[in-house]
Amino acid sequence: MSETRETEVVTEAKVRLIDLPYGAGQCALITVDNGRDHTRPSTFGPQGLASLDEALEQVAKTPGLSAVAITGKPFIFAVGADLSQVSHVGDEATVRAFAELGHRVFGRIADLGIPSFAFINGAAMGGGFELALACDYRTISSSAAAVSLPEVFLGLVPGWGGAWIVPNLIGPEKAIQVIVHNSMAQNKQLKPPQVVNLGLADVVLDGADFLAESIRWAARVLRGEVNIDRTSPDRDTWDDVVDAARAQIDARLHGATPAPYVALDLIQAAKTSTKAEGFAAEDDALTALVMGDDLRAGLYAFDLVQKRAKRPVGVPDASLARPVTKVGIVGAGLMASQLALLFAKRLEVPVVMTDLDQDRVDKGIAYVHGEIDGQVAKGRLTSDKANRLKALVRGSTDKTDFADADFVLEAVFENLGVKKQVFAEVEAVVSDTCVLATNTSSLSITAMASDLRHPERVVGFHFFNPVAVMPLLEIARAEQTDDATLATAFAVGKSLKKSCVLVKDAPAFVVNRLLTRFLAEITRAVDEGTDFATADAALNPLGLPMSPFNLLALVGPAVAFHVSETMHEAFPDRFYVSENMRRLVDSGKTAIYTWQDGTPTVDPEVAELFTQGDIPLTVDQVRERAVNALADEARRMLDEGVVSAAEDIDLCMLLGAGWPFALGGLTPYLDRSGASERVTGSRFLVPGVASVPAA
Amino acid sequence: MSRSLQDVVFVDGVRTPFGRAGSVFAETRADDLVVALIRELVRRNPGLPPDRIDDVAVAAATQTGDQGMNIGRSAALLAGLPQSVPGYSIDRWCAGAMTAVTTLAGAIMAGAYDAALAAGVEHMSRHPMGEGIDPNPRYLAERIVDPEALLMGKTAENLHDRFPHLTKERADAFALGSQEKTAKAYANGLIQPDLVPIAVRSAEQGWGYVSADEGPRPGTSMEGLATLKTPFRPHGRVTAGNASPLTDGATAALITSEDFAREFGLSARMRMVGFAFAGVQPEVMGIGPVPATEKALAKAGLTMDDIDVIEINEAFAIQVLAFLDHFGIADDDQRVNPMGGAIAVGHPLASSGIRLMQYLARDFTEYPQAKYGMTTMCIGLGMGGTVIWENLQGAAA
Repeated sequence: MSETRETEVVTEAKVRLIDLPYGAGQCALITVDNGRDHTRPSTFGPQGLASLDEALEQVAKTPGLSAVAITGKPFIFAVGADLSQVSHVGDEATVRAFAELGHRVFGRIADLGIPSFAFINGAAMGGGFELALACDYRTISSSAAAVSLPEVFLGLVPGWGGAWIVPNLIGPEKAIQVIVHNSMAQNKQLKPPQVVNLGLADVVLDGADFLAESIRWAARVLRGEVNIDRTSPDRDTWDDVVDAARAQIDARLHGATPAPYVALDLIQAAKTSTKAEGFAAEDDALTALVMGDDLRAGLYAFDLVQKRAKRPVGVPDASLARPVTKVGIVGAGLMASQLALLFAKRLEVPVVMTDLDQDRVDKGIAYVHGEIDGQVAKGRLTSDKANRLKALVRGSTDKTDFADADFVLEAVFENLGVKKQVFAEVEAVVSDTCVLATNTSSLSITAMASDLRHPERVVGFHFFNPVAVMPLLEIARAEQTDDATLATAFAVGKSLKKSCVLVKDAPAFVVNRLLTRFLAEITRAVDEGTDFATADAALNPLGLPMSPFNLLALVGPAVAFHVSETMHEAFPDRFYVSENMRRLVDSGKTAIYTWQDGTPTVDPEVAELFTQGDIPLTVDQVRERAVNALADEARRMLDEGVVSAAEDIDLCMLLGAGWPFALGGLTPYLDRSGASERVTGSRFLVPGVASVPAA
Repeated sequence: MSRSLQDVVFVDGVRTPFGRAGSVFAETRADDLVVALIRELVRRNPGLPPDRIDDVAVAAATQTGDQGMNIGRSAALLAGLPQSVPGYSIDRWCAGAMTAVTTLAGAIMAGAYDAALAAGVEHMSRHPMGEGIDPNPRYLAERIVDPEALLMGKTAENLHDRFPHLTKERADAFALGSQEKTAKAYANGLIQPDLVPIAVRSAEQGWGYVSADEGPRPGTSMEGLATLKTPFRPHGRVTAGNASPLTDGATAALITSEDFAREFGLSARMRMVGFAFAGVQPEVMGIGPVPATEKALAKAGLTMDDIDVIEINEAFAIQVLAFLDHFGIADDDQRVNPMGGAIAVGHPLASSGIRLMQYLARDFTEYPQAKYGMTTMCIGLGMGGTVIWENLQGAAA
């Protein structure tokens, strides 16, 4: 609906005529610049494309030019289509017109009939990079921060020429790497030398005098002093390469989301199609994808991760946060050691780890030092920095070493009594305002704080494993937690470079509660008689990062079972505890599967342990149960105020569980599949927010 | 320990095109201009191992903002020279770059250095003359200098007072000659080889590319010059036409010991014979080159008759005429500024000293029979500086 469309920040194309060196003639140099600084990179909406069109018209009318060149504003070349211009549009004609406009305008560069150059001075993504690809030659600055075709990551395809040009330029294998695999590997970016090695640019030039040297390089190309050989890609193996990639993608996605498949189809067709045919196919593909809910959910998810994750909702003013100049970690086990390293690296303040005996403390410190040395060996840390970090992390068996800490995080065994005792001991030595944070995943923080002199200083600080990698931090407000404590917790979370979501002190918060409920439904299906393979494959159409039983192996059956018991205690009606699972844990087995030759087969000893009923379900039935359970649980969490909005549930699932952008995290999928209305009577999000609105 | 003196040679000099203040370089940083030149010198002299550069001296008359932060070290780092190469900044107002060269030369002569980069920059759009100065009140209270000493245009008028026979007409004729010689040098392709084109950004117009000086006014005529205003004095003699314009620009040079140049296959273009700086009354600072030159010649054991080419900075035509008059050289002597000078291309204060040397090195190529040449300039607050050079490119070498 057009009224929800954001006002376009128009990227203007400005033309200047320059005299090339070495007598190479005159060149029209086009700068694309949206007039903002680098924090708002240039993008192309309809008005931006119109400005570029006008610039190219001006160039076309200028007689005697020997070349045309395009570059960007400082630090930015251009980062693609302004998708906000179509992300809420419901009518197909508008979407198709936008797709076609990009092709038409970019296509004018080739129609000028003079050599064209892109001087990629900075970040170039998506449609921005396709603008560069529309030129005959490309230089790239050694300081260009990021180059990519991230369309598939969002649920699109490179549809302004990329899907046809890239395979024809560098062959299908590299094209698939850039367009599909990199997108699916957390939107991996290319560095300038890689761009040249792939054949997507012709030369890397130093950032210090990039544009002046690019102009010289262009002049030398025009004078024939620099020759660029473009070898035509091998067409004999083309289909095999694409087919192999499709099989590889399918093994992971099971058809869950269309974009990678559409991209592969376009790359395949590019083997024989003309440029015009290829571009027409891109228009069709782009239109179909933009008119699909996967893309809308993807854009919604991208927006959450880019904006809401950085400005958490419902958080007290940051000015209330107290400075944290020293951190205490209770425990020196693996998790605690990882946390100590993370705090030292990000906060750059002293961190003290305590444990019951010197041996455990020494092990924790040895782990931290080992990790630091490993990073020095990989060239990620200088030895000076390593010395600094090592000096920051100390171990102790005496909690009085916490005396001057401002923030103490406990990461001890998941038992309420133990944690209460730990906090009581810590409170005895720290100041009245020192924040006491707990990394509990399922215990009541309110209960944990209840006997303290200052329960208002206790807050939940729930990380996800591995803590150095996973971006989510659930920050839980207990009943007594005061604003200063919460503000401090969010400030610390931000310094740790985590995306923080405010949650209520409720069993298992968001991610673990949903994952536990949904795993329980899968297990119950097996207990009732569904075979392992059917149950485990039931969620394939969602394209989750891993199947339920692989997730179980990752978390560890013992931990998962412990959480399921805790949740059962809290919500006995909904959270199922599997006796089969209890036997699995008791047996010490760590997975359902054994892996042979890269394929999982059910461990026969595990199969022996399981007692199954005689009511097998189909994959569709298992999926419906699991999805219904998720809808039910998500609705209850909102009703209970665990989070303030469905967007926070989605953010948690995106960042804490790695659930796909194409699902929008969770609730857009629940709405799209009908589960929301079927189970809870209403949608989570109004149509158009993360789906295609009615035209 | 024993010491042996090293001969100093000028290997190469480059400059940015000079832009009118407030024009093409208005949105380009001064340090970026210097960076472009340092990188070009390294590119043009592939025999020079960058880690053998012993120092980088960069001059600017106003050392704040993009000309501050020790621009010598800062530009070296920004240019990507090895971190082991040090740098410093230097100031002698208009003779900054000249002083960078002579100071580094002193270190080379003494054997402390083997190779060094000298540079000068003045971004007069971003740093107008006199920006941030805070003259000591004693200057006026104790009449240490004449109140007009700090206004360069007024010091030029004062020179006209001192030398009544050096008329406005003669100044205009000299200025016209500067324009004509510059146009001819451009036409003969003598200036372009040492210009480093600069990519310039304008938020309004987008990126551009500056590859030629903006200052020259090829259509200049005596009639036109006669009509110009005299901004420094009613019915005065100094005009925008017979003075150098306010300019943005930078220069840089590679100087080494003669042995170093030989060892690394660098083509030495001229050898330093000697130099001198001298002070004069600040209110007639334009006469400064006279005593500086006399001193330099005397120390070198030469006379003006030995000098085949003179590159004298044209801050004002009158100041050049005063110099020529003193040494009995005709206003239009062909030995003087054969490619024109600052009246046409501009005078970005602290950078002009190296521009003179770069021109002299080119003069020596064009006049291989020339043996000795000189670069000389006047300096604000009453000084002059002169460096005498020997041609290594010609028949005489």
